[in-house]
Amino acid sequence: MKAIIDSFQQIRRYPSAMIGLTLIGILLLVSIITPIVIPYNEAVRLWRGGDDIWAENPRNAAPVWQNWFRNSKQPETIVFDSTEGDGNKTIETLSESTQEVRFIYEFDYSYDDFPPELILFANATFDEKQPHVEMKWYKPNGDEIRAGEFSPGASSSFRFSQDERLQRRLKRSTGIENVDQALFDDPGQEGIQVLKGPYRLEVTALLFEPESDIDITFVSYGLVHGIAGTDHKRRDLSIALLWGTPIAMAFGLLAALVTSITTMSIAAAGVWFGGWLDAFIQRLTEVNSIIPLLPILIMVGTFYSRSIWLMLGLVIAFSIFGIAIKNYRAIFLQVRELPYIDAAKAYGASNSRIIFRYLIPRILPVLIPGLVTTVPGFVFLEASLAVLGLGDPVLPTWGKLIQDANSNGALFNGFYYWIMEPAILLMIAGLAFAMVGFALDRIFNPRLREL
Amino acid sequence: MTNQEVLLTDSTEVDFESIEASSRKARSETIIRLLRYTGLRLLALFLTVAAGVYITVLVANMGGYVDEIRRGQIREGIILEKSVDQQFMQLDQEERNRIIAQEIEIEERQLGLDQPFVIRSFRYLTNALTLNLGFSEQLSSDSGSRRVSNIILERLPSTLVLFGTANLILFFISLFSGLSLSRSYGSFMDKLVLAMAPTSSAPGWFYGLFLILIFAGLLSFLPFGGMVDAPPPDNPFDYGLSLLKHMILPVTATLISSIFLTIYNWRTFFLIYSSEDYVDMAKAKGLTDRMIERRYILRPTMPNIVTSFALMLIVLWTGAIILETVFNWPGAGQLYFAAIGVYDIPVILANTVVYAYLLALTVFLLDFIYALVDPRVRVGEGSKN
Repeated sequence: MKAIIDSFQQIRRYPSAMIGLTLIGILLLVSIITPIVIPYNEAVRLWRGGDDIWAENPRNAAPVWQNWFRNSKQPETIVFDSTEGDGNKTIETLSESTQEVRFIYEFDYSYDDFPPELILFANATFDEKQPHVEMKWYKPNGDEIRAGEFSPGASSSFRFSQDERLQRRLKRSTGIENVDQALFDDPGQEGIQVLKGPYRLEVTALLFEPESDIDITFVSYGLVHGIAGTDHKRRDLSIALLWGTPIAMAFGLLAALVTSITTMSIAAAGVWFGGWLDAFIQRLTEVNSIIPLLPILIMVGTFYSRSIWLMLGLVIAFSIFGIAIKNYRAIFLQVRELPYIDAAKAYGASNSRIIFRYLIPRILPVLIPGLVTTVPGFVFLEASLAVLGLGDPVLPTWGKLIQDANSNGALFNGFYYWIMEPAILLMIAGLAFAMVGFALDRIFNPRLREL
Repeated sequence: MTNQEVLLTDSTEVDFESIEASSRKARSETIIRLLRYTGLRLLALFLTVAAGVYITVLVANMGGYVDEIRRGQIREGIILEKSVDQQFMQLDQEERNRIIAQEIEIEERQLGLDQPFVIRSFRYLTNALTLNLGFSEQLSSDSGSRRVSNIILERLPSTLVLFGTANLILFFISLFSGLSLSRSYGSFMDKLVLAMAPTSSAPGWFYGLFLILIFAGLLSFLPFGGMVDAPPPDNPFDYGLSLLKHMILPVTATLISSIFLTIYNWRTFFLIYSSEDYVDMAKAKGLTDRMIERRYILRPTMPNIVTSFALMLIVLWTGAIILETVFNWPGAGQLYFAAIGVYDIPVILANTVVYAYLLALTVFLLDFIYALVDPRVRVGEGSKN
């Protein structure tokens, strides 16, 4: 045992292994913190949520840090929610039944690009008479634009770009077809350019019932959003990236650990007892090597269930009788003939004692590097299944992000962040374990170290 | 796999001449033993294939679960077909139900769904093993044939072209780089390959995504996927050129995902064997480097190289399903995935059988290649298990 600990200490001499260990440490830390901060049910709810949860996020927005590498700054999302005190809501009673509610949203727009969408969400309470809302848009240069009017229901939204009257009006005055661009255009410059400076949106709502009330949320959507960006359903990718970590780690580590240890025990038992048991294990391994694992997983996923834990169980079951059993067997055959095993037999050690206390500890040097190097294979297997569309139906994983991105033409449409973020995380996880495994292999197998 | 054991346990020096002499004496004996061994080995492999295929039959049918889905599909299809039939709709309710039930029964009998699952599972097995692959249920080949063997034969060449090319390139690059690195070990290149070896933990499709992003998305001088331009060029020369252009990315992805580890492993084999005494002896005799490499290093390492290459082939073949899906390559792997998507069991089984036979063939050939390249291993001896 001391020898093994000493060997682990040698790992300091391998810089790549130290990098790998650090990365694994960070990944494990994220795996522990994520489920605490975002509980499982919350993650599933968020990821499966539709417009009710994600309405205030832009569609297919790149991550915010892309702005750090560009000269022209892309707009971020600006949200004003009157229920949270934005907009300086003032209520003025005009008559017994009529009230006027005013909201004033002021913001500084200093980006080089136009927002892709501008939406006003209105939540009104009333019995019969719908309130009436009017908007005025003030540009930094003093221009005042009548930005439309509408009568909101209990919960409705007003998309500036879909108001035909506003579009006609703006086209007449500025010559620009796109409403979102016209509202931010600088008339003093050639072409379509953003006018930077303080903007003001005034919303006036007329309520026709004494008990009536209204709240307004104004969203100027960004082209960049959050640290990870968003997907085609406006979902924040960071949730999937964060939750993908514990899933990938659990899948890879559990599969590698259970498979390696079971495989080794079976090989040891086969060698020690010999006879029909050994022959049976050998045959089973051969049969198993002819069963195509990936197709079977695909079939189970298509016909039966795509639960990630079922997949994990199947992967383990089919990997136990893998090629590794042959390698372990070859080594055990040598170990069996060593004198200390004869000595153990002579003092009357039981079969199980010989297998677990004498045979298996002897080959830990082979097992440990092998275990670590098989982790990436399992992590990528989970991703492969997800990329084929057989990912877990409820949980967000890295592989599912890649599949989402791929099937929505992320590469074709230039949403590179969408595919790159999960891919790079997969790469980091894979490389980290592989680097540590390689170093361990050289430490535990001195013959390799000389080379 | 006793041969591997012999290889692993037997590290004693070998007297080649005495083996040669004794084998000459016992040649006829050897032939008989060889035949018996071959027969037994083939039988064992055949039983293995049968067991593997039967498990696939069971899974593919989910113990009869798929049948329920299929029955539902048939029922729905017939009702839909009948509902547009004016004459049929004018009949009374009872008559209509009777006709529908009759049609369903005919359709089910045609597909063999009226027999119990156990009987059908063995029929699937015997048909599969005798390569009597039958007719597909949903898919058809591009030429319109429903014969499974036609569908597979149509797809197999594309897979073989892609993976054959990739594997040939992989084999030769790894062999020559391995040899040259073993000569200059400790050099910068050697350390670079060692540092890059962990990249092989990611599968080919993964690098495929990056390659598509860079070369098709950003630089846009290679296609996103597919096998030839659409429409395919008529001129065979242009066709070949178009094929080559589409092959660059998938082949590169396959190469990146396995080349560094393979070079590293093979270079290690070469290094181990070039530190043997007989290599020093050959050097002392004044043989050229090329001769030493060919006779004293390559020959004894060949079994290891062949095994590692064969195992890699198997892994790559499985990986074909997803690599072809990512690159939209119309090969057997993509067919497999399409067949699973529409529950086309004959096609799924046929693909599995072809795969199982290919694997068994690899294992079988491996035994003989071992015997050919390694004089220490002799076929037919010590093959009790």
